[in-house]
Amino acid sequence: MATNNSTQNESSRFEVPPIVWKLLNNRRIVIGMSLLAPIVLVAILGETIAPYDPTATHVADRYAGPGGKFILGTDHLGRDLLSRIILGGRTSLLLGFGATALALTLGVPIGLTAGYAKGRVDEVLMRIMDIIMSVPTLLLGLLILVVLPSNIINVVMAIGVVYAPRIARVTRSATLSVSEEEYVMAAKARGESRPYILFREILPNVTGPIVVEGSVRVGYAIMIGTSLSFLGLGTGPPNPDWGFMISTAREHIYQTPWFLIWPSIALLLTVMATNLIGDGLRDVLDPRETGDLS
Amino acid sequence: MNTQKQIQRSEQETLLSVDSLDVKFKVADGTIHALRDVSLDIEKGETVGLAGESGSGKSTLALAIVQYLDSNGWVDDGAITFEGEDLLSASKGELRSIRGNRIAHVAQNPGRALNPSMTIGAQVRETIKLHQETQNKKETIERVHEVLDQVNLPDPESIGDRYPHELSGGQQQRALLAISLSCNPDLLILDEPTTGLDVTTQAKFLDLVEDLKSEYDAGILLITHNLGVISEIADRVNILYAGEMLEKGPVDDVFTEPANPYTQALLATTPEIAANKEVKPIPGRIPELDEIPDGCIFADRCEFASEECRSGEIGMDTVDNKRNHESRCLHWQDVLDNPIEVSEKTVSQRSAGKPILTIDNLSKYYDEGGFVKNLISDHNPVKAVDGVSLDIHESEAVGLVGESGCGKSTLGRTLLKLHEVTNGRIAYDGTDIDAMSKQELNEFRSECQIIFQDPEASLNPNRTVREILERPLKLFTDRSADERRTRAEELLTQVNLGNDIIDKKPHELSGGQQQRIAIARAFAAAPSLIVLDEPVSSLDVSVQASILNLLEDLCEEYGTSYLLISHDLSVIETLCDRVAVMYLGKIIETGSTEQIFEPPYHPYTRALLSSIPTLDPHDTKSRIRLEGDVPNARSPPSGCSFHTRCPQKIGDVCETDDPELEDTGGSHCISCHLSDDEMNDPLDTGTDQS
Repeated sequence: MATNNSTQNESSRFEVPPIVWKLLNNRRIVIGMSLLAPIVLVAILGETIAPYDPTATHVADRYAGPGGKFILGTDHLGRDLLSRIILGGRTSLLLGFGATALALTLGVPIGLTAGYAKGRVDEVLMRIMDIIMSVPTLLLGLLILVVLPSNIINVVMAIGVVYAPRIARVTRSATLSVSEEEYVMAAKARGESRPYILFREILPNVTGPIVVEGSVRVGYAIMIGTSLSFLGLGTGPPNPDWGFMISTAREHIYQTPWFLIWPSIALLLTVMATNLIGDGLRDVLDPRETGDLS
Repeated sequence: MNTQKQIQRSEQETLLSVDSLDVKFKVADGTIHALRDVSLDIEKGETVGLAGESGSGKSTLALAIVQYLDSNGWVDDGAITFEGEDLLSASKGELRSIRGNRIAHVAQNPGRALNPSMTIGAQVRETIKLHQETQNKKETIERVHEVLDQVNLPDPESIGDRYPHELSGGQQQRALLAISLSCNPDLLILDEPTTGLDVTTQAKFLDLVEDLKSEYDAGILLITHNLGVISEIADRVNILYAGEMLEKGPVDDVFTEPANPYTQALLATTPEIAANKEVKPIPGRIPELDEIPDGCIFADRCEFASEECRSGEIGMDTVDNKRNHESRCLHWQDVLDNPIEVSEKTVSQRSAGKPILTIDNLSKYYDEGGFVKNLISDHNPVKAVDGVSLDIHESEAVGLVGESGCGKSTLGRTLLKLHEVTNGRIAYDGTDIDAMSKQELNEFRSECQIIFQDPEASLNPNRTVREILERPLKLFTDRSADERRTRAEELLTQVNLGNDIIDKKPHELSGGQQQRIAIARAFAAAPSLIVLDEPVSSLDVSVQASILNLLEDLCEEYGTSYLLISHDLSVIETLCDRVAVMYLGKIIETGSTEQIFEPPYHPYTRALLSSIPTLDPHDTKSRIRLEGDVPNARSPPSGCSFHTRCPQKIGDVCETDDPELEDTGGSHCISCHLSDDEMNDPLDTGTDQS
C-alpha cells in the first residue's frame, strides 16, 4: 500500500534548525528586523554614542534646524535632539516591549482558560475583562499610577494591566474555535491535563492572532506611556522619551517642525518594524502556510 | 429503456461540447496542468456523469465550462462550445447572460451557497429578475412559487419567506436547485449535489432530478465521486483521473464491462451493500500534477501496465463505435478479457468475549436550560441520546448506524467520558465511569481511544508524526525515550507507512496517510476499545478500502473492540459483527450484521437499505422513500418516534405507544408495532415504477 512517499529529502537533519531558514526566508521579518535592530542597538549603546548630554541645555542654540553643530537640531530649551532620541529610545522601547510582554503574560492564560472552559468560567473572566476595558485606558493608567509611585517599572505595569484584557479577548476568540477541533478532543480522550491541553495543544495553534495583536500593542503602549508622562505621571522630564518629546513639540511646531518630526519618525519606524515582524511571525508559525503550495 | 433513449439522442444536436481542453493553474512554485486533453459532450435531455476521486479535476472542468476559474487559472488550449456558441471567446456581458440563465451551476455545499441573510424567495427572485427582464412583479412571484413547488418543497409560499438556516440540508439543496431551474436552463451542472446529504435524502433528491429532467428537457452534467449516484440517474459516464479522461461511454457498458483498468479498479474498490464482496484497494495514490509522467497517467498503479505505457502520448481508443464507448488505454482489450474476480468476503470468526463496556439506559440531553428558564417557560432539552442500552464485548466490532443528527456521535463521545452523562450508567469492566478513582480513570483513558472523521482536524498541525505517536506512549506506558522511538516506528509499519514520514507534519501528508497516523496513535497503547467516528467518510473510495482492511487487520492483531459509527451501511457491513440502528436518540434495531441485512426489518432500516444506490445500472428495485425530514430532537414525536415518516404505519397505536425493543429470535431486537410477518417482507417487493 502507500509506498510512494519517496519524496522525502534526507538532507534536512544536519542543518541549522529549519525555523531559522523560515524566518530568514520571510521578507517581512527580514525588513522588520533590519529596521528594529539598529534602533535597539542605538538605544542600548546610549551615552557612548550620543554626541551631547541629552539633558544639557544650549540656550543660545534654541530651535536650531538640522545640520551644523547639532545634527538633527535642538528643541525649545536648546537640547540636542539626536542625543535625546537615542536615549529616549531606551525608555520608549522598554515601555513598549515591557508593557506588551506583561499584557501577553497576563492576557494569554486568561483568554485560553476562558475560551476552553466556556460557560460560567468564561462569563466571569470575560465580564471582568469587559469592566477593565470599559474604563478609558488613560484613566485606568492614571488610577494605577496615582496609587503607585511613578517610575518606569510601574508605568510598564500599569500599561500591561490596561492592555491585558484586549489580548485576553483575542486569545479567547481564537481559542473558542480551536478548542472544538478534534485534536483537542483527542487529547481530552487521552486524559491529558488541562495545562497541557491549554499550552501545548491549543496555544501553538492560536499564536497567529496573538502575535499580531501583540505587535500592534507595542506601538500603542509607547503612545500611552507618552500620554502618561505628558500628564506628569510617567517617567517625567528631564529624562528623554519619544512620546514626551512629541507632545512637547506640539506647542513649538511653529518655531521648529523638526522637533516634532524626528521623534515621530523614530516611533513610526519602531511600530512599523514590530508590525512587520508580527505579520511575518504569524506566517512562519502557521505550519500550513509555509509548506510548498502544491 | 436506456437503449431507446440513446436512439433518440443520436438524432438530437449537441448541447455542450468540450473539445480537448487544457487548463493550467499558476501556483507559487510553477504551473499545474490541471486538465489535459479533456473532451466531453452533452446532448439535450441527457444526464452525463463525471466521476473521479478528489483532485481529479472534476470541479475545475465545471468551472472552466462556466468560465469561472480562479484568477490564477486559465484555459490553455481547446474549445468549449455551447449551442454553437464559443464560450471561450464570449465577452463578459455574453457570459453573464449565459450563466445562471442558460447554464445553471448548483454548488456543492448548499449551506454555504445560499446567502444566509436573504429569504429563499428573494434568492430565487433575484435570478429571475436578472435574466428575465420582461416579467412584472406578480409573474415573478408566481414563477418563484411554481419553481419551489416543482422541487417538492412543501408549502412554497411560506418556504419563500424563510431564511436558509430554517431549512434542513435536503431542503436547502432543493432550494438551490430551484434557483438554478428558475430561468429554464438548457444545461444544469450539479457539482457533488448529494455529498453532504443522508442516504434517504439523497435518494429523494435523485428522484427529483430524474422527474425534472423530463419536464425541463435540459442537459445535466452530474459531477460526483459516488459511482452509485451515477449508476442511478446518468445515461453516460466520463471517468476523470488526475486531469485526464480515462474512459467514457454509456453507463450500462462502463459499469458492467469497464474497458479501462482504473474504472475497473474503482468499481472493485467501492463497497456495495449485501453484495458480499471483498473490497479491493487500489495501490499507490493519485500523482501530483506539477510533474506529469510520460505516457499513461495511471501506469504506476496499473496491473496491466507494460513498457509502452510509460512513454509517448496515449490517446482515446474506441471500444465500441456505435455506443460511443472510448477508453484511454493501450490494453483495453486485455482489461475487457480480464475482469477483476470479486472474491467472496471472508467472514472472520471473531469470538466475542465477555462484555467490556455496558451502557444502561443512557441519556444525554443538551441545553437543559437553567432554573429560571425552566420556570418561565416550557423549556425542552435537546434529547441527543434518549435511553440507550448496549453492550460491547471483548474483540467485537459493533456498528452504530443512523442519519445525521440521530445522536450516534454524541453516544460515542459520551461513553468515552468526553461529555457528561445526563441519565443512566456506563460501566467499563464493571466500574461506573462516573465513579472512577484517578488511577482507574487513567487506566480507562489508556484502554479506550477514539478516531475521528476528519483526520486533518484530529492531528495537531504543529506536531510532527513522531510527537503525535510518542505522546500516548509517554502518557500511558513507562517506556524509555528509545523504546518509545522504536515503538513509534513499529506503529508506522503496522499501519503500512514508511519511516520516512516520521518527522513530517500532518499537512504534508495525504488524507489517507493522516488517517493512518490517527489510527496508529489510537493503537499506540494497545487499547481494548476504540470508538471510530465515521473513520472513512472523508476519504476517497480507493483509500477507504485500504483503511477498512487495515482496521480489520489491526482488530485481529490487537483483539480490540470497535464501536464503528457511520451513516454508511456498506462500511458497517464490511467491518462489523453486530449492528445497532439509531433514530432520534434511540436504538430501534439491533442484531448481528447478517440479521440486520436480512428480514425481518424495522421499517426505518428497510428504508435505509433501499435508499443506497447500487453500482448495477440494471437494478430496478423499487425504492422506499421516506416522507419529510427527521423531526426536531427537542420535541420528538409521541409514541414511536419514527411514526411521522413510517411508510408502514399501522395507526393510532404508533402515535401513542412507544414500542419496546423486542427479541425476534437469536438476539435480533426490533422496536416496532408491526407483526413479524409484516417485517418479514423481502426488500424489493413491487416492481419498478419509473
